[in-house]
Amino acid sequence: MTEARIKVNGKETPISPAAPHTTVLDFLRERGLTGTKEGCAEGECGACSVLVARPGVNKPTDWVAVNACLVPAAALDGQEVITSEGLATVGEPGTPPTLHPVQEEMAVRGGSQCGYCTPGFVCSMASEYYRPDRCAHSDSHADSDSADSTDHEHGPNGFDLHALSGNLCRCTGYRPIRDAAFAVGEPTDEDPLAQRREQAPPAPVATEYTQDDSTFLRKETLAETLRLLRERPDAVVVAGSTDYGVEVNIRSRREGCVVAIDRLPELRELRVESDHIEIGAALTLTEIERRLDGDVPLLAELFPQFASRLIRNSGTLGGNLGTGSPIGDSPPVLLALEASLVLADADGERVVPLAEYFTGYRQSVRRPGELIRAVRIPLPLSPVAAFHKIAKRRFDDISSVAVAFALDIEDGVVRKARIGLGGVAATPIRALATEAALEGKPWSAETVEAAARVLRGEGTPMDDHRASSLYRSAMLGQSLKKLHAQTTEAVSS
Amino acid sequence: MSHLSERPEKPVVGVSLPHESAFQHVTGTALYTDDLVQRTKDVLHAYPVQVMKARGRITALRTEPALAVPGVVRVLTGADVPGVNDAGMKHDEPLFPDEVMFHGHAVAWVLGETLEAARLGAAAVEVELDELPSVITLQDAIAAESFHGARPLMVHGDIDAGFADSTHVITGEFQFSGQEHFYLETHAALAQLDENGQVFIQSSTQHPSETQEIVSHVLGVPAHEVTVQCLRMGGGFGGKEMQPHGFAAIAALGAKLTGRPVRFRFNRTQDLTMSGKRHGFNATWKIGFDAEGRIQALDATLTADGGWSLDLSEPVLARALCHIDNTYWIPNARVAGRIAKTNTVSNTAFRGFGGPQGMLVIEDILGRCAPQLGLDPMELRERNFYQPGQGQTTPYGQPVTQAERISTVWQQVRDDAGIADRGREIAAFNAAHPNTKRALAITGIKFGISFNLTAFNQGGALVLIYKDGSVLINHGGTEMGQGLHTKMMQVAATTLGIPLHKVRLAPTRTDKVPNTSATAASSGADLNGGAIKNACEQLRERLLQVAATQLGANASDVRIVEGVARALGSDKELAWDDLVHSAYFQRVQLSASGFYRTEGLHWDAKSFRGTPFKYFAYGAAAAEVEVDGFTGAYRIRRVDIVHDVGESLSPMIDIGQVEGGFVQGAGWLTLEDLRWDTSDGPNRGRLLTQAASTYKLPSFSEMPEEFNVRLLENATEEGAVYGSKAVGEPPLMLAFSVREALRQAAAAFGPSGVSVDLASPATPEAVYWAIQEARQGDASRLGHAVNGHAVNGHSANGKVRTDAEALSSA
Repeated sequence: MTEARIKVNGKETPISPAAPHTTVLDFLRERGLTGTKEGCAEGECGACSVLVARPGVNKPTDWVAVNACLVPAAALDGQEVITSEGLATVGEPGTPPTLHPVQEEMAVRGGSQCGYCTPGFVCSMASEYYRPDRCAHSDSHADSDSADSTDHEHGPNGFDLHALSGNLCRCTGYRPIRDAAFAVGEPTDEDPLAQRREQAPPAPVATEYTQDDSTFLRKETLAETLRLLRERPDAVVVAGSTDYGVEVNIRSRREGCVVAIDRLPELRELRVESDHIEIGAALTLTEIERRLDGDVPLLAELFPQFASRLIRNSGTLGGNLGTGSPIGDSPPVLLALEASLVLADADGERVVPLAEYFTGYRQSVRRPGELIRAVRIPLPLSPVAAFHKIAKRRFDDISSVAVAFALDIEDGVVRKARIGLGGVAATPIRALATEAALEGKPWSAETVEAAARVLRGEGTPMDDHRASSLYRSAMLGQSLKKLHAQTTEAVSS
Repeated sequence: MSHLSERPEKPVVGVSLPHESAFQHVTGTALYTDDLVQRTKDVLHAYPVQVMKARGRITALRTEPALAVPGVVRVLTGADVPGVNDAGMKHDEPLFPDEVMFHGHAVAWVLGETLEAARLGAAAVEVELDELPSVITLQDAIAAESFHGARPLMVHGDIDAGFADSTHVITGEFQFSGQEHFYLETHAALAQLDENGQVFIQSSTQHPSETQEIVSHVLGVPAHEVTVQCLRMGGGFGGKEMQPHGFAAIAALGAKLTGRPVRFRFNRTQDLTMSGKRHGFNATWKIGFDAEGRIQALDATLTADGGWSLDLSEPVLARALCHIDNTYWIPNARVAGRIAKTNTVSNTAFRGFGGPQGMLVIEDILGRCAPQLGLDPMELRERNFYQPGQGQTTPYGQPVTQAERISTVWQQVRDDAGIADRGREIAAFNAAHPNTKRALAITGIKFGISFNLTAFNQGGALVLIYKDGSVLINHGGTEMGQGLHTKMMQVAATTLGIPLHKVRLAPTRTDKVPNTSATAASSGADLNGGAIKNACEQLRERLLQVAATQLGANASDVRIVEGVARALGSDKELAWDDLVHSAYFQRVQLSASGFYRTEGLHWDAKSFRGTPFKYFAYGAAAAEVEVDGFTGAYRIRRVDIVHDVGESLSPMIDIGQVEGGFVQGAGWLTLEDLRWDTSDGPNRGRLLTQAASTYKLPSFSEMPEEFNVRLLENATEEGAVYGSKAVGEPPLMLAFSVREALRQAAAAFGPSGVSVDLASPATPEAVYWAIQEARQGDASRLGHAVNGHAVNGHSANGKVRTDAEALSSA
């Protein structure tokens, strides 16, 4: 057993005696850092947001905000964490600390009322404050859904309000928080957290952390990990822990052996080849979003609608596919993109088309001891692509229905149609009958009307608290009609 | 100008200030109840044993298996209660029940060395149940005539004559959902014993005195053996007015029995499944209009979903009846109220306290009837406003003071929002966009300020001046984010004539100020501000005497301004610190308790008449929405608000209350969707939306893209401290404008003049069905007896259409 420790606000802090399932949130609070709050314990409210030093996209290190309520403390062995308490600069004894610029703006603009969500907002805001390309992006907003929406979701300082999409406030109505976010300037050269970005991030640390009958393990290589999974068939694999953490907190799941794979280099590559793009299964959604930078338009449309920034900072494609949830947001898109999965075990690799991957509710062809190593998206991409997510809330909600389209339309005729659906069956599915109803037909109102009727009948949507089955079915058809309207309006204008 | 409302020279009230704890908030150093656990030794953790059935009599409760779990110290059951086994004020709310009354009802509590041990212990407790038939939905309760508590009737004028005089008589029904408070900080308490076995409880409570009262009767000890402190709350919104008491009593009982500190804190699931919410209501109504659209008579029955116990349902219902008029003169009214008894959590106070429900009914009526009357909804509302100077009273007989403000704020919002131009722009946009429609609606509010129950309208304070000149204030109100403490410090500094930094505020404690009222009914600043002002005036009078002697003047000629005492016509000065120092040596008492009672109130609950409110708060909002015709999804493009807070005590804080209340109201009306399992399956009665992932609060994406809030100017209120008005609750109801804009946008997909019934909450799905209804609708429905029917889509599948119709049109 190694001594697992986290550098918290600059101070090396042993994780022991916390249990291996103990979250970063509880770990911090038990050490007296009670600024980090629990609001929901399932990554929905962001009151627990903290900053973690992670491999950067544009600089060696990024300050990434994550939900401390989901990540096991043991998963951050050897890593660096900053909390709201650590953002302020401690002055001489007896004098109050100097507020961090985001804290200052939040305080003076009325960004806090009850104050309970505030430390989390401050950390999420600080993460965006330190995003290296924030100020460079102050004039372009590629990922927004309409020109009209950019003004109030992007500040003149380049601040992307989606950075706060995983933080809830029940008091303010958000206006003063938005004002604070849009008022923060650029970090100074003396800012230690800004300087920290120029240094290499903390390396992943091989971890074996055991308390009582429970162990948290991290190996350095894929090969070691796969051997371990063969030896420990009971092991539970975690990457961003955005699903596992909810299970621990809400359903009191306790596992004897948890294996972290999120820092395995073999799972963190992103390669663009001539005929496909390969995306490492353990890259976070944020990393993919920023590194692809719009190269796969359908993914670019997906990401801002996929959970929240806090979740995307931890969650991975491998995790979203590995849980096999029928309402994950990536499967419909990846189905429409005709993606395949590279599955690896100790014996080697195989490639499985995503359309053949899911076998039942949270079931798949993935064998025990097998990991998703990467996702392959074939090239070229179909030019007409759209992702329609039907949910109650625009930021950070779970789909009632999700529909992804990838269409080749040449000379007004649909040459190829691929449609992925989520939320309408026990697994994500392709809308095969609808694809057939479109292919070879003119991209006309008549075709769309007929195909929409077929699409409404795909799957077996159910009634639940998110939506009625009737609405779900209706939305399937409506999504195709909306796509048609969007393409024809785009042509006419 | 009244003595109460008059401001002295250079007042600290009226200055825009950040929240007094803002610095601590942003640095994570502000302490909430559960943060104290890490600073307390040997704490035991309390965990509830919830029974997951909607109703049943307990036939066996076996705690031994829990005691076998390592780390479990004790299991608390009804047998442990030395005093009264009751968590409420109506004696219908046993702390440890014999009968499970809702899915998730806690029947015992486990104390453990760790939270994990307590949780495992709770899971090990064995409960056997004789299941009993349950009532889950409001409709089922109405059908079964399952009611409890008072059945008030408000009668005004002669409705038969009113209907006889009406050109149009329209009837309808409207059922709308409640709302979860979702304060970010869940319920929490930490109880400790002091040297004499007395109990000190830190609780996240809006009503420390009542927490003290209930802990005291549960423990069977006098109130002076129980002290309750509330440092601050991470949001309350009414959810911590009545609900914390029983939970605090569990912690206190555990501490009393074990001699160790006991902590309880709900996780979000427990908070959602065990604590009460805003009451959903059913309303049936009949309304008569004359040929010009003026209301002649209203006959309505409001049924509140009280849940399993009464809690605050009776006063909530009373306030609902008292607000069904909103800003409209209803010459003849008969409004009956009743409280349904259902096997769900006991619904409770929530910002507005029934007012929003009453007002929503009349706003829904007007929104639905306007097309049927052939009137623009804005015009219909304006025609029915209370008019000043005509002796008009509310249906419960209170004169409507400042009625002119209804039209004043309305007109200012019309101007601020540029209604005329934007109306044209919206019409042009809608003509050009078959699949997207916009609409703009204005609604106003009139909200009565004071507790309906006259006795609650009192406040107390304790102000201490130390001999170095520093001032410490205590008052009976609690801080839940609304900025009350900030305002109270401003009031103290203003009355004493000193800079704000001289004043510190100590946390709310029952051993500093006794017998306080809940920080509720928006009255926190009025009551406690009045009391602080009173205490500070006593101190100031004493200090003026001291200053007068030193300055060689009459006390009546001395003023203390910005920390310096001066006599009129003299340039001699005496600094505050020196003045206080002198007063000490002259043996002048430097502490004072202050008291305030709201004058001029009376209320007869039996006849449902009186003057329950000191004054009314007014406001108006204009909201523009854009709706996607394919999905029913929408966004709030712009909101303009003019709101009446009297002369603001603290403008930034008041604007924060207006904005926050508005967005919370919009959440209630559009997004927040409480669902229960109403099936006859094994999970009957289970709350389906029991997590942040399923119960969605407004996020950044729901805030108005452009949000302009202005406080009404020159608005001094004679009847409140320094001319201010209460602000906590009223702005929530400005969100009616969003709902009405959505209704109008849905209607814009149909033929001109179509009337749209809109479910509440108006989720994208509900708006989608409203659009489909509008598309099928025709404008020929105008008639003298038209049946409207809007029931929220999920309850009893009461959709406004059949499945086949919907599919064919989808």
